[in-house]
Amino acid sequence: MDCNEMFESLSEFIDEDLSEKTCSEIESHMAGCTNCRIVVNTLRKTVTLYHSMPREQLSGAARLRLHRVIKIETSEGSDEGS
Amino acid sequence: MGQTVPTDNELVERINNGESGLLGELISRYDDKVFNLAFRMMGNREDAEDVLQDTFLNVVKSLGRFQGRSSFSTWLYRVAANAALTRLRKQSKRAKSEDEFLDDVYSVKRAAQAGIKIPDWSGNPVRELLSDEAMQQMNKAIEDMPEIYRAVFVLRDVEELSTAEVAEIMDLSEAAVKSRLHRARLYLRNSLSDYFFERGAA
Repeated sequence: MDCNEMFESLSEFIDEDLSEKTCSEIESHMAGCTNCRIVVNTLRKTVTLYHSMPREQLSGAARLRLHRVIKIETSEGSDEGS
Repeated sequence: MGQTVPTDNELVERINNGESGLLGELISRYDDKVFNLAFRMMGNREDAEDVLQDTFLNVVKSLGRFQGRSSFSTWLYRVAANAALTRLRKQSKRAKSEDEFLDDVYSVKRAAQAGIKIPDWSGNPVRELLSDEAMQQMNKAIEDMPEIYRAVFVLRDVEELSTAEVAEIMDLSEAAVKSRLHRARLYLRNSLSDYFFERGAA
């Protein structure tokens, strides 16, 4: 397997979504190819960093606004229905 | 006797049978998730709040048509992703064209083929890499991607849904989800690589 062939499979490789055979082909290529090894490691780290970002929290005020809007909408809906 | 907590589907059924007071409960289960998804796709709180409202207004309108064929959360993510995409398309601002994007995606392949040494910053600990400035850069990089890549990446790698779920939400084949996810990751890797290299982390 050469750099080109393995390039398209790298995400499946880091997601462990490939057959054992393909995985070991990629691993043996990586052992001898510094650039491919770096691309795999930095790609994996990229995914880890995005996983590790703190989640955005909804503010209390925004949550109240949401519930108010939905309440108005549903009471209008039931008025129309009656 | 302790009461068991109703499942999402039980809540939906009761709401559809007239107990609209339970909507608040259903919303509370998912408002944080929808908000985070919306924030990552829109890039700012204001637009994310609009998407959040659009999402639940659409839920109220179409809940009666929810059949329970997919899980409620998958159905809700679909409504939320569509609400975000609709707003993004109206904005028509600053995302890269598909060609520009793909050119960036494959730049690392060209560099590797040309024998240029790829900077390696993968050995740095997450807590050192994840500065406030780096996170701003990471959010901006998502915003630079064409919408479809943004949506697939956020659903898969931020919300951590399965390939099958993302395929259902986005009306794509699983193969298409995988190839879009791969391109998005490569693009974001390049963007982070440039950023860390300039700051001497690589």
